[in-house]
Amino acid sequence: MSKDEIRILTPTAMLGYGFPVKWFKKGLEMNPDIIAVDSGSTDSGPHKLGLGAMTCSRDAYYKDISLLLEACYEKKVPVFISSAGGDGSDSHVDVFVDIVRSIAREKGYRFNLAAIYSEMKKDYVLEKLKRGKISPCGPVEPLTESEVKEATSIVAQMGAEPYLKALKESDKLDIIISGRSYDPVPIAVLGLKEGFDPGLCWHMGKIMECGALCAEPAGKAIFGILKRDHFILEPLNPAERCTVYSVAAHTLYEKTHPYLLPGPGGTTDLSETRFEQLDDRRVKIYGSKFIPAEKYTVKLEGAKKVGYRSIFIAGVRDPIEIEHIDEIIDRVKKDVEDYFSHIPKESYQMIFHLYGKNGVMGNYEPEGDIKPLELCVILEVAAATQEMATAICSRARTEMLHSPYEGRIATAGNIALPFTPLEIPLGAVCRFNVYHLMEIDDPTEPFTIKFMEV
Amino acid sequence: MAKMVPLKDIAKVIRSKNAGPFEMTLDIIFKNKEDYEKVKASGVITKELIAGLYNLPAEKVLAFVYFDAANAIKATLPRQRPQGSIGETDMHAAQQHVPLMNIMVPWE
Repeated sequence: MSKDEIRILTPTAMLGYGFPVKWFKKGLEMNPDIIAVDSGSTDSGPHKLGLGAMTCSRDAYYKDISLLLEACYEKKVPVFISSAGGDGSDSHVDVFVDIVRSIAREKGYRFNLAAIYSEMKKDYVLEKLKRGKISPCGPVEPLTESEVKEATSIVAQMGAEPYLKALKESDKLDIIISGRSYDPVPIAVLGLKEGFDPGLCWHMGKIMECGALCAEPAGKAIFGILKRDHFILEPLNPAERCTVYSVAAHTLYEKTHPYLLPGPGGTTDLSETRFEQLDDRRVKIYGSKFIPAEKYTVKLEGAKKVGYRSIFIAGVRDPIEIEHIDEIIDRVKKDVEDYFSHIPKESYQMIFHLYGKNGVMGNYEPEGDIKPLELCVILEVAAATQEMATAICSRARTEMLHSPYEGRIATAGNIALPFTPLEIPLGAVCRFNVYHLMEIDDPTEPFTIKFMEV
Repeated sequence: MAKMVPLKDIAKVIRSKNAGPFEMTLDIIFKNKEDYEKVKASGVITKELIAGLYNLPAEKVLAFVYFDAANAIKATLPRQRPQGSIGETDMHAAQQHVPLMNIMVPWE
């Protein structure tokens, strides 16, 4: 018996950020077939993959997941959560499973759960690399063996297939928790399973994974209804509206290309998509297409630790000094290099951020010649150890504070320092070093599924 | 002679954002089809113009597209460094849109 519609409730764009319970409950009254929410992003930086950190605290996840599980148990609505912990590493899938276990134990719930893991074994990636199956994703250097080895962990963004496999192998799943997934997957997968148009499934997933960000004003909870030839979006907060404009504009959001969205197994093509205002707050979308790729690829994401950082923050108000700031900085750098001549220059970096003068845009700044009234100077030092970063930062700070410059008439001190400690240790710094496409023969091949009762 | 007006007085949205850790993307979205078509027809906003505003050669622009369905223009550039690494100045690339605001377009 084929369904004629699939109803999906997404309470928020990012699990762990909290969401309004009132609108979530309103969504539950609209008989959703599933609650789907994404938890992942590379947007908050390489630290999660590089250091094993999560985007939000365990407490924050616990709170959000509690609400989802209550609905899952009371209303019998399955819950799909993707990209556990933000990065989707195996240990963060385990943290989420553990959270579900704790809540179930505390509340007396019983669930059938599938955990899908997406961390790649390094030998597997190296083998693929050797066979020429890995290529850069965007403006990235080709992957090397040493980068694979240096990465703390590497995850692959799964497509819908591992979810479909889990749903096929167990017909009574209440919860799926997955590692790194292509963001639209938990929303798209039920439609794909029931044979709905894949273009519509993926486009609906692409918009809804950001919750009600596609509404005016932007909100959190959204409800989507997938039909055979279109889908309908409605924000759950009555103060928000989906409009043709707001939904079309969101389609562009944080993507390389406005209407070609590549993902695992193919590209969502929105060049023929049409948006239609159904009523004041709902938009109907149709015409989106999915074009399967010749080769099935998944995106690999990995990060490594590249050192430790310390900074100092200072203000400059003296106009004569501001005029000579570039020379002052050059001399400070040179003096520090002379002082630390016993360690190799390549083992540390000194980067001056001049807020008030190209601080935000750097080389992309088109306004070259400006005369600021004040400058905020932040020196970022990166070195092999925290102690060395702080020592270099300290030396540069004293050099900057007291050294003379051309035309100086203020001889007491060159910088205004707001904070103690004057040098601030920032801890380890990481770098995304794997961002590549990997060809796989079977879309479920590198992903492991574990079924459990909790 | 048509009067020249800065884009920030015409467009509804001018924004920048990461598109993955290695790219940043620029969106210009107009209030309505009419404004969009007018700017599009003026031929002022080109890949070369965007490249010039960001001190880049045109071949470094990763995407430059007029998207009629959303009354929008999109351009994507490489990030200056991988997101969040040493030397980062704008984690989410959220403040890189400003050069677009002052593009002058002919307007009556």
